[in-house]
Amino acid sequence: MKRLWRAEVLLMGVALCAQAADAPKWVSAPAKEHARANPVAGRADAAAAGKLLYGDHCAQCHREDALGDQKVHPSLRTERVRTATDGDLEWFLRQGDLRHGMPSWASLPAAQRWQIVAYLRSLPPEK
Amino acid sequence: MHHFPKATNLFLSIIYVAAPFALFLCVAPQAQAQDKPYFVTYSQDLEEPGNLEIETKSSTGKPDGGNRYGASAVEFEYGTRAWWTTEFYLDGQTTAGDSTVFTGFRIENRIRPLLGEHWINPVLYVEYENISGADKTVLEVEGHDDASDLAASNADGGANHQHEAELKLILSSNVRGWNISENFIGSKVLGHDPWEFGYAVGAARPLRLMGSGRACTFCAEKFMAGVEAYGGLGDTWSLTTGDTSHYIAPLLGWQLPKNVRLSFSPGFGLTSVSLERVYRFGLAYEFEQVGKMFRGGAR
Repeated sequence: MKRLWRAEVLLMGVALCAQAADAPKWVSAPAKEHARANPVAGRADAAAAGKLLYGDHCAQCHREDALGDQKVHPSLRTERVRTATDGDLEWFLRQGDLRHGMPSWASLPAAQRWQIVAYLRSLPPEK
Repeated sequence: MHHFPKATNLFLSIIYVAAPFALFLCVAPQAQAQDKPYFVTYSQDLEEPGNLEIETKSSTGKPDGGNRYGASAVEFEYGTRAWWTTEFYLDGQTTAGDSTVFTGFRIENRIRPLLGEHWINPVLYVEYENISGADKTVLEVEGHDDASDLAASNADGGANHQHEAELKLILSSNVRGWNISENFIGSKVLGHDPWEFGYAVGAARPLRLMGSGRACTFCAEKFMAGVEAYGGLGDTWSLTTGDTSHYIAPLLGWQLPKNVRLSFSPGFGLTSVSLERVYRFGLAYEFEQVGKMFRGGAR
């Protein structure tokens, strides 16, 4: 009985770890970053500028349609991205995920990162 | 080291400068990095994983008692991982009234030990150089390097071939659109020679922080301006700043369409043993996702 209980705890631990590994990095964004509002949200000119910036910096990996290559580079039109806050996405662009191949875009001015977020918000959901 | 007859110097110089241009113009996929226009200072920015950037860093100057020279380093920078960039340099120079020489190569690696973005971001830099004393690219200033080193003839300089290891601690921050970077340099000729020390600091900023929303070439956000300062800090046999060279250099960078980036910097010597003026020109082209050709995509 005791052995069975241990095995269950172990399995639960493994499942939790797997879930954590699968979770997007921005779930660990600090609350302050999570709550930040996009200063250019809803502006058509910001989304248009973001589209150009996306083409310059992001499309080479995530493709022009932002659907990614379904292998190494993920789609940016998934429900997971759409439910992230603007603050989460800007924080993630700034931090990157170097361990998993996403570079940090801290070298871009913050205003341009917010414009990219505005563009991502303007994209239709993945079908 | 290879010496060429003087008659071929002009031709070789033209080829030396024109070859990278021709290479850049032969290819044209789209990708742009937000690279800083530094020539000597390194920031925390690494090459995007899987991308290859080829850049020529050329400089020209005229040391007292020597002839005007033009030196160039051709740099191949590859994003091995998002946290690791590898570079390979080929150096050469041509000196008026002397000869055109290949002066050696360098291999370097830059690694970000902390995977997140912080107020100050450290990068570790390790380099091996196999270059001759005739090298005039001056990609860093260390120890008691001075302008007279650049006045030696190619034959004399070339006779002094060095294997050198170089370490740098790069600290870099991005604050309100500015990049501020500090480099601490320690290098040693492999053999019975002292450790030499140097520094480089730089700050740069785009002329406009917000994207204009227009596909343009001359928009302010395509230009970066800044300044860098660099110099020697003596060596373990003479740990003093006496007889060391120091420079200050304004910088201008221009991100052109089709992945091409230009940069320019006039440098001014600040001490009596520094070169009075050195002009630097950079031309870079970035090939996107070269890593995919070899495997499924770099990480």
